[in-house]
Amino acid sequence: MMAGTDYRDDRFYLARKSHALHLRAFFLQSLRRYFAARDFLEVETPVRLPSPAPEEHIEALPTGDWFLQTSPELGMKRLLAAGYPRIFQICQCFRAGERGARHLPEFTLLEWYVAGFDYRDLMNQCEELLICVLAEAGQDRQLSWQDKKIHLAAPWERLTVADAFDRYAPVTLEEALANHQFDEILVEHVEPRLGCERPTFLYDYPAPLAALARVKKSDPSVAERFELYLAGLEIANGYSELTDAAEQRRRFEEALRARARKNWARYSMPEKFLDALAVMPDAAGIALGVDRMVMLLAGASTIDDVVAFPPETL
Amino acid sequence: MYTASDLRKGLRLKIDSDPYVITEFNFVKPGKGQALYRCRLKNMLNGSQFERTFRSVDVFEPADLREKKMQYLYKEGDKYCFMDNETYEQVYLSEDQVGDAIHFMTDNIEVEILLFEDRPIGLSLPNFVELVVTEAEPWAKGDTVSGATKPVKVQTGYTILVPTFISEGEKIRIDTRTGEYLTRVKG
Repeated sequence: MMAGTDYRDDRFYLARKSHALHLRAFFLQSLRRYFAARDFLEVETPVRLPSPAPEEHIEALPTGDWFLQTSPELGMKRLLAAGYPRIFQICQCFRAGERGARHLPEFTLLEWYVAGFDYRDLMNQCEELLICVLAEAGQDRQLSWQDKKIHLAAPWERLTVADAFDRYAPVTLEEALANHQFDEILVEHVEPRLGCERPTFLYDYPAPLAALARVKKSDPSVAERFELYLAGLEIANGYSELTDAAEQRRRFEEALRARARKNWARYSMPEKFLDALAVMPDAAGIALGVDRMVMLLAGASTIDDVVAFPPETL
Repeated sequence: MYTASDLRKGLRLKIDSDPYVITEFNFVKPGKGQALYRCRLKNMLNGSQFERTFRSVDVFEPADLREKKMQYLYKEGDKYCFMDNETYEQVYLSEDQVGDAIHFMTDNIEVEILLFEDRPIGLSLPNFVELVVTEAEPWAKGDTVSGATKPVKVQTGYTILVPTFISEGEKIRIDTRTGEYLTRVKG
């Protein structure tokens, strides 16, 4: 949607978004009710950070000498480590260069952590949460989006990454990794097929693709990470948290080197986070894209339709 | 040079020495994965199309393209001749390069000639042209169904559907982008 030329265009475009903006507000209230009823503490951590999590494919926006958060992960894990076992946050996050029909450089994440959980527990809770809030929004048995009808009754599909490649991709997971084509094959052949009849948890990611997740004890080649898909849309990413500070430092150093090779912004090592990680309890955490859930609720084909002001309108 | 973040619909690139235009564009990125730029590209010389996914490290050469106002003079064999009215420079386009525009080109019409590395490769017409209807069935008096259309021929030989009230000798306005009738021109 193009930027308005005067206030009448603003009024027109914003009036057309009324339904989506109301659904968005209701969805946020519904999320908060769910967590409040289960003894979660709503927290707020700083949006401006001196040292964001070094990730190879996520670039933070600079603000002065610091950066805007790409997710609230580090601050929330410091709270976990300090003895807050059940916490959630709904906040704006910022990622440089991410703009498309499903991406905004400023977007809203719901993130929550539970001490004592692993990724399987968290998949179950994510399923329960969404069934609960979707029912409150009037979508209690199925969700219609574009030409898809997604049946919401539990249990949702759980599919390993390796099985998903076997089922949908022209090459195996091993071949895709060997050819450095994991992302291309995933977005082209796998993602569009996920969560189309019922929601799908894609899980057990190749270990190198999960920088902050714990590897599986029974198979160190995979990490205890999952993603939730509905109607081909990536909705949430969760994992059993890595609690080995030395291992985490090693992975961060690797990511910093990869970032330097691309001439991306230089981050300093998040030392306070690493200090906290050394005493953090076993836990699982998940980030869920609020804008994309509202897209599904509102039947919106682009993310622009579910926020009042996409950046081009400012 | 362009980088991947410059890619968007309508951008023109040079690939393997040919000019291409991006006809469809999508930014895709798995949350933790790398940014990918899915493009559908059309060769501006021969019209062939293909899809390709680019990565953020890819760089692209811009296609050296510009447009120049010129006047259509005449057809010579299977070539069409155009002239720059200021420099009197003349250029020729083939039937393929003119394409569907031929249906709307009258003598002396002003068009934009598209130049790739100073070679003419195509043209774009004004969005609207006015043409005279040269052949039409007479309007049957009893025909009062609103919205009904009939085919007529215009001065360029193009056949177009128009409302039944249009008669031979009248001038009509046509949208050259869709090839469709817009309105009757009075006078």
